[in-house]
Amino acid sequence: MIYAILRRFGQMLFVMFGISVIVFLIFFATPGADPAARIAGRNASPEVLEAVRHSFGFDQPLYVQYVKMMEKIFVTGDLTSFVNRGWKVVPAVMDSIPVTLSLVFGAAILWVVVSIVIGVVAAATRDSWLDKLLMALGLLGISMPVYWLGEVMNLITQSRYHDSWAFSWVPPLGYKNFSDDPKGWFLTLVIPWITLAILYIGIYGRVLRAAIIESMQEDYIRTARAKGLSETRILLRHALRTSLIAFVTLFGLDFGALVGGSALLTEVVFGLHGIGKLTYDALQNLDLPMIMATVMYASMFVVIANAVVDFIYILLDPRLRTS
Amino acid sequence: MSNQAVAMPRKTRGPWAVAFAKLATDRAAMASLAVFLLIVLACLSAPLYAKWAGTDPFASTLDAVIQIDGADVPVMEQSTEGLGLGYTPIGPTWRLGNYFLGADSQGRDVMARMLYGGLSSLLISGAATIFTLIIGTLAGLIAGYFGGITDTVLSRFLDVLWAFPIYLLAISLSIVTITQGISIGPIEIESGSLWLPVIIIGIVYIPYVARPIRGQVLSLRSSEFVFAAINLGVPGWRILWRDILPNITTTLIVFVPLMMALNMLTESALSFLSIGVQPPAASWGTIIQDGQALLYTRPLVALVPGLAIAVCVMTLNVFGDGLRDALDPRSKVRLGRD
Repeated sequence: MIYAILRRFGQMLFVMFGISVIVFLIFFATPGADPAARIAGRNASPEVLEAVRHSFGFDQPLYVQYVKMMEKIFVTGDLTSFVNRGWKVVPAVMDSIPVTLSLVFGAAILWVVVSIVIGVVAAATRDSWLDKLLMALGLLGISMPVYWLGEVMNLITQSRYHDSWAFSWVPPLGYKNFSDDPKGWFLTLVIPWITLAILYIGIYGRVLRAAIIESMQEDYIRTARAKGLSETRILLRHALRTSLIAFVTLFGLDFGALVGGSALLTEVVFGLHGIGKLTYDALQNLDLPMIMATVMYASMFVVIANAVVDFIYILLDPRLRTS
Repeated sequence: MSNQAVAMPRKTRGPWAVAFAKLATDRAAMASLAVFLLIVLACLSAPLYAKWAGTDPFASTLDAVIQIDGADVPVMEQSTEGLGLGYTPIGPTWRLGNYFLGADSQGRDVMARMLYGGLSSLLISGAATIFTLIIGTLAGLIAGYFGGITDTVLSRFLDVLWAFPIYLLAISLSIVTITQGISIGPIEIESGSLWLPVIIIGIVYIPYVARPIRGQVLSLRSSEFVFAAINLGVPGWRILWRDILPNITTTLIVFVPLMMALNMLTESALSFLSIGVQPPAASWGTIIQDGQALLYTRPLVALVPGLAIAVCVMTLNVFGDGLRDALDPRSKVRLGRD
């Protein structure tokens, strides 16, 4: 088991290194334009360009530049924005992490709970109208662009039906710190959580339904029936339990993707100033140092999160320890 | 009589005919295909529509005046809310060819922009699908067939690319190419070119194709007919072309609609983040972004393109599932989001 964990850990380090090299090459070695001009932003003066060249070591070989960039992002943290003069990028990223994590964890809880319910109900009422309806809704969920769904939510809860009893509790867009105002924190996040979860409920409900239906064919289910257990008990205690394995694997993969993708778009629509909003603003200003930092930190987080899921998996499933 | 019937040679159909006959009976898949093709046709008619409606969907027409039931109506109405400052674009007139869906913040006909935007969305996602399939298949074939150090290097590279969150990779690639474009040797792509999003989206999904293809090639490589060909002295490229490629064709075909659905969502997200299709060109993603500022006054500007994306992605997914069931029922191709 120690060997399996060490192996996975080594793999994680390799992937982190690989990603950092790719990011470096994209930002510093993409042919077509002077990287200093890109980093300095629009209409930079020659002095600024010179400062950029010096601080990133563009007159030195590539590996020196790579080390300098990594040092600025992860060690000294003194990467500064040239668009917003002198703004330290790394502390800004750190400040935005709690916002993104609040959004992502809340959405994940919601999506896991609801999709388990949907998967079980659909499998139990297999081929009925309810099953078909749930699966069609699930398909609709995965087909909608998440930022568009967010806008529809805003339109309903902030504008059109804001004055009705159903949505009068929805606070204006923005984020409130949990430590200052726990109730406000919860209320501002409810709609973003639902928006983000709808996407994944679709996929997970479908996957879980298929897995449950497959495991209902197994011999141990027949044994359970022969023992005279009730159908509900068979479904929940026997079929669902084995089906959750596939569910957990997928969850590990998608949780990471969520942080590096859909959450970013959701933050933009709901004005939550997490890493996604930070990236979005930097994209509008062509603020490359900021994007370097957000991309690097977010992808490192994703890689670590995926590895942690695998560690837990190795601990839980004895079969994985030897392979 | 019955003995004679048994003795008669039975007419057999090839695997392709069987698969397509099966697909043709899948009503959901065929209906989805029909809806999708209708949308494609409508988008292809964009230039015709613009010409017929006499509108330029790329030029701002803030002072235009249109006629509705004989009355002159300005496209940009003086705002009646708040201080009365600013202008609100005209809402939907529901008259085809005459600001059917209203105007956007530049006074442009949203319906005409929808059709042109759909055209670029479809073209980009289609071209990116082809790009990904070609490069991904090549990488998968080479890694899976030649093995050894080639496989190790390629596979590790694909692993890293796979672990890199799609949107973050796409954002990095977009932001460095967005202002000055890119030039690699003789190939030069301008910054506003539609090829940029095609290549960026094409690149980020390569591992999604290459990894499963590599796995298939790996198992085909140890099959008897490939072994026989190797021992007959058939050159490697010929084995790849004649023996391996035909055996992965079904997988590749199944990938097409599912990849296209994914690409469509990715393209629209990048355009929404303003790093995809660049103005004045439109795509459904950029129209949603334009409509964001008008969300509470003229919600249709943002709602309609999103609905169009959702319908396209959904029909592609349903058709893709049907195609997979017909062609390759045992495969577990799953293209998740992101």
